[in-house]
Amino acid sequence: MFSDFMINTWTVASLVAVTAGLVGFFTVIRGASFAAHTIPLSTFPGAAAAVLLGVNQVWGLIVAAGLSVIGINALSRRGQPDVATAMTLVMMLGLGTLCLSQIGQYSQQVYALLFGQVFGISRASITPVAVIDILAAGALLMLFRPLLLSSLSTDLLQTRYLTATRLDLAFLIILAMASAVALPVVGALLVFSLMVGPASAARNITSRPVIAMGVTVLISLLTVWTAIVLSYVTNWPVGFFVGGFGALAYGAGRGVMRIRRWKPSPIS
Amino acid sequence: MFSPAKFITAAGFFHNSAVHVALAIGGSAAVVSAIVGVFTVLRAQSFAGHALADISSAGGSAALLFGLPPLVGFLAMAMLAASGMEVVGSRQIRERDLVSGVVLGAGLGVTALFLYLDVSMTTASNAANMVMFGSMFTMAPETMIPALWVAVLALAMCVLLYRPLLLIAIDPDIAAIRGLNVRLIGLLYLLTLSIAVALSAMTIGAILSTALLIGPAATAIRWSRRPGSAMVIASVIAISATWGGIFLAYASFYWTPNHGWPVSFFIVAIIFLAYLASGRTTALARLRRAMAG
Repeated sequence: MFSDFMINTWTVASLVAVTAGLVGFFTVIRGASFAAHTIPLSTFPGAAAAVLLGVNQVWGLIVAAGLSVIGINALSRRGQPDVATAMTLVMMLGLGTLCLSQIGQYSQQVYALLFGQVFGISRASITPVAVIDILAAGALLMLFRPLLLSSLSTDLLQTRYLTATRLDLAFLIILAMASAVALPVVGALLVFSLMVGPASAARNITSRPVIAMGVTVLISLLTVWTAIVLSYVTNWPVGFFVGGFGALAYGAGRGVMRIRRWKPSPIS
Repeated sequence: MFSPAKFITAAGFFHNSAVHVALAIGGSAAVVSAIVGVFTVLRAQSFAGHALADISSAGGSAALLFGLPPLVGFLAMAMLAASGMEVVGSRQIRERDLVSGVVLGAGLGVTALFLYLDVSMTTASNAANMVMFGSMFTMAPETMIPALWVAVLALAMCVLLYRPLLLIAIDPDIAAIRGLNVRLIGLLYLLTLSIAVALSAMTIGAILSTALLIGPAATAIRWSRRPGSAMVIASVIAISATWGGIFLAYASFYWTPNHGWPVSFFIVAIIFLAYLASGRTTALARLRRAMAG
């Protein structure tokens, strides 16, 4: 399990888990679940297009992530945000099926891109993942205060920092960067559950933002590590374990909150 | 030279039984999705609609594994997820989105497992592709009659729920004061949504069925402020997109040798273009009104 080829897997998966945890914390407090689901999924055509054009997969992913951010942002200006997100999602996925159908070797690749392929990560892919993850994490920490403030009051935000729409865009870009690198590892459909599950649990455990962020990263790391071990042992897809743990974490968080709120009635 | 009229008659577009099944089931999926979609857009529940569709893929992949009809799998899983969301659910939009998200993550995990088992234990090597991106031209003719009945049931539910749902969409508090059981109607609506989603997941694929649900409805709402006529417009857009997509996909076998283009791509592209165009027309109308005074 810790042989040479697995070292790359452990490194990349841990990097991905830390970033997904950080981004996920803000995803949950901003109520941006749909965007966090849409961006990784709309990034997946990029991988297919890269195979079709014969370029490095990372570039395809980054371009597609960028396009989906532009799509959500442009369409939201003229209509309901949830509709704009949905339309961007389906158009990008439509392009994805087209690219895949032209590649020919079909189902196995669809499966790997949608549900992740942690085994067989090359040493060469560590550097781009690390660089992009550090950039995304840095940007998040720089925007820490405005992002936190914007989830409380947009008016206060505008007087102190910058407009809410600019901040939304900045957050979407960070989300896109984190998704693009996480996608080949955990898969387009489950990047999102790595972002939402741990953060939703942490939110119920503590109300202090910095601690909640730390707890989120911790749960996210544990989720990924356990998922890799179980996947290694059973040969079942890693996504199954990641998705399951996400739901378990959310359930546990709700349980903790219920216990905390429960106060024994005073004896009269 | 490619001529559509000659192509239809010569290539036997209307004599192909796979095309018949696709036109019938695709058409009914389009109408049901378009009508339910108007409610979904009005209630701002695109994410829940998309989540149900994604989760129904777990049922679709399980059906392949156990040899059940795919419609049964998609439908059962979508309904299960809808009930789950309603039980855990909350009236706050943020919390509702989070619950949808968590249920969605767990559901997709299960899909991943079933698809893996499909590929390793059965002969369905193309399972991931069929479930996620649809199997328009490979649907069994036997599914046509049950699919149509399910569609009729969904339309009947829409008629029954029409007034209460609109009232709740406008103001849930007034609806509650007038004696409507808001939660029960919410659940019935989610079950109707499950039917729409299951039908379109089977035809254009689980992760693309959102296109049929949201696209035509969002376009129609821009054209008409009245929900009834928005539903008619949405149905027309959805049917044209689906049938147009089937025709183009059939034709595409002649454009690129050996393999055609996916039908789902054409359907999504037509819907997306209609949505973009509707923005243009409303912008034009606004400009005209401004010019007129």
